Amino acid sequence: MPNSTNPLRDPADRRLPRIAGPGGLVLFGVTGDLARKKLLPAVYDLANRGLLPPGFGLTGYGRRDWDHDHFRGVAREAVEAHCRTPFDEHVWEQLAKGFRFVQGTFDDPEGFANLARTVNELDAERGTGGNHAFYLSIPPGQFPVVCQQLSESGLSTPQPGTWRRVVIEKPFGSDLESARELNDVVEKVFPPDAVFRIDHYLGKETVQNLLAMRFANQLFEPIWNANYVDHVQITMAEDIGIGSRAGYYDGIGAARDVIQNHLLQLLALTAMEEPVSFHADALRTEKEKVLSSVRLPNDLRRHTARGQYSAGWQGGEQVRGYLSEDGVPADSITETYAAIRLDLDTRRWAGVPFYLRAGKRLGRRVTEIAVVFKRAPHLPFDLNETQELGQNALVIRVQPDEGVTIRFGSKVPGTAMEVRDVTMDFGYGHSFTESSPEAYERLLLDVLLGDPPLFPHQREVELSWEILDPIIDAWSTFGQPDQYRAGTWGPASADEMLAQDGRTWRRP
Amino acid sequence: MSETTTAEIGARLVALREEGGAVALGRVLTLVIVATGSPVGTDALIDAANQASKEHPCRVIVVDASGEHGDAGLDAEIRIGGDAGASEVVLLHPTGDARAELDTLVIPLLLPDAPIVVWWPAQPPEHPGEDPLGRMAQRRISDVGESSDAIAQLARLGEKYTPGDTDLSWARTTLWRGITAAAMDDVSSPVRAVTVRGAGHRPSTHLFAAWLAAAFELDVTLVEEPDATVITGLDIELADGTITMRRPEGEVVVSITQPGQPDHQLAMPKRPLQDCLMEDLRRMDPDATYQRTVLYGLPRVRVAS
Repeated sequence: MPNSTNPLRDPADRRLPRIAGPGGLVLFGVTGDLARKKLLPAVYDLANRGLLPPGFGLTGYGRRDWDHDHFRGVAREAVEAHCRTPFDEHVWEQLAKGFRFVQGTFDDPEGFANLARTVNELDAERGTGGNHAFYLSIPPGQFPVVCQQLSESGLSTPQPGTWRRVVIEKPFGSDLESARELNDVVEKVFPPDAVFRIDHYLGKETVQNLLAMRFANQLFEPIWNANYVDHVQITMAEDIGIGSRAGYYDGIGAARDVIQNHLLQLLALTAMEEPVSFHADALRTEKEKVLSSVRLPNDLRRHTARGQYSAGWQGGEQVRGYLSEDGVPADSITETYAAIRLDLDTRRWAGVPFYLRAGKRLGRRVTEIAVVFKRAPHLPFDLNETQELGQNALVIRVQPDEGVTIRFGSKVPGTAMEVRDVTMDFGYGHSFTESSPEAYERLLLDVLLGDPPLFPHQREVELSWEILDPIIDAWSTFGQPDQYRAGTWGPASADEMLAQDGRTWRRP
Repeated sequence: MSETTTAEIGARLVALREEGGAVALGRVLTLVIVATGSPVGTDALIDAANQASKEHPCRVIVVDASGEHGDAGLDAEIRIGGDAGASEVVLLHPTGDARAELDTLVIPLLLPDAPIVVWWPAQPPEHPGEDPLGRMAQRRISDVGESSDAIAQLARLGEKYTPGDTDLSWARTTLWRGITAAAMDDVSSPVRAVTVRGAGHRPSTHLFAAWLAAAFELDVTLVEEPDATVITGLDIELADGTITMRRPEGEVVVSITQPGQPDHQLAMPKRPLQDCLMEDLRRMDPDATYQRTVLYGLPRVRVAS
């Protein structure tokens, strides 16, 4: 932790970068996609922005028979291919000096003994100061054995004045029970405040901007309630199929894959009350409150929908249906599209449904939160004049093309009075940087700084499973999900689900 | 556009926006560059502003009033799209007597509500805060680094400090300040003496020393190295050892020696102009640390050669 008596740290000095203190990162699953495409480039970008401490070390742990130099070569390739800041030879050279590779399997005590030695060496040679974060970029099935090994080799126990942290990625279990089991495994070895659960959505600029928009402005908060809001739609659509991830995806499905974590987190941030401060505890309290107020629909058949994409042509390319993807059983009932209605039992949101939907092979890749407002209670125009007027909406685009759109009615030029919808658009990339930091950069830096506001807590994870478990249980009795053509916006049943409430899905 | 007025230019900008469809409207500030007499050339300045506009989309107004001769009048050029990055650039070349009042020349082109930043890449006015252009602006950025008597000018600017002033040389010290602050994070013993090494004629060296002087509340020695053009080193003498940093002239790697820790090496290349400008545009409120540095720090820098 930075010494508060450091006379060079002045809160008014906003130019001074937040440089993490000495520390190292130990990466499990270093050959995986995430490590190559996101984590290693993010580490380099942080170094290039001058945000990593001089005493930084990165250790890869894996089965491959690599030496340190080979690992540096592999890492360099990954960084050059995916880094967002320009590649600088000097920066890389200094950074790579702190890279190590330890060979071993997850159940190999000798490998972990080697790892412990390497980490100690880094402390001595690079000055990582005994501070280390373990990034488990591995399937959750491997957590128990890795945590146990970390514990037995003494790696998980910090010396006084140093820290050890563990970083885990979703999925945090596949239902409430498994989430608890997983957490027990991790928290047996690491204390709760040393566990950092990464939901990379929360590291995105737009998600943080949601808090700024809601709580730094006078304009939006007064109408952010059931008096003015008709309903909220939260969408996360992907245009890709499951690719080669059948082994992971089948049996999991869209609800567990993204609704449980990303969409419910977005819901919590959209719906929560104003936190008393932006400290991790205060934020978490509000998010937990709102998640615990969620009520499920009475009739899950009517107010949920699920689908599977079928074969077809998508954007000029022929694609396979879910059931004919490699590794998916022909009778799989895993959903690739899920939509649910949730209600919040709070004064602010009484009677305002939140519609959540997520799916693969949909029209295009987009994640957004649309707050749709009620119609004006009285229109001093006749029906013909306002026929083309829809409901006002405020749309927060999380990705891509991050920004905010406001939709409202405007007079059509001409002698007749006619009102039609127009949009007012704020593009993040228009008003601010093109090179905003990648979510993983922010999150890795926060891990090294020990700054947890953007990381979900176990209680939030459990609350989300409590919401989702009954729905998934019910679905398992519903048989085959409805088919939808690849490249469309989901099955007809999803449209019916909104139609019976007198609403329609927004086309994102 | 030759023989024009700024009102005509403003109308042309609106027309161009409509022709081009909905080009970005999210401009966050107006950057006025007073390019008169700049040694690096207008195009280099615009280039830096365009790079910076990727983070802060802005309208850039370049005023080049070096055309002394000829009739009073105004020539202008508009650059948008393509090489102008996320900004729109208006070049104004007033000639003759039209150079007299620069503030009313640019007023029609300022974006409504958005903050104004004035940047003098060459000679700043005697008193930026009372200059007609400077008075309108929220931020006034001078760059005395390009002047021959930079250090004397820096001291003069310090005397005339108005909240909102900064010098680009200040942004040139940020990376050094960052690693120095990080090195002091775990230090509890008192600071005995501080020495900064580097170019004696560069304002960034002086500002870095002055910042340390103001923060530690002690006199800081500045050791001039004859051939240096940048900050080349730092020694902080503590009760129980010395923190030493060295980056020899022309190198990009800083070597750091700290008591009780292995030696560190860190790559820290010299910052390009656009990065410094980008940092300066990031915040529009007065920089209190800069104020303290020029007011209280500069007088406590002792130059030794």
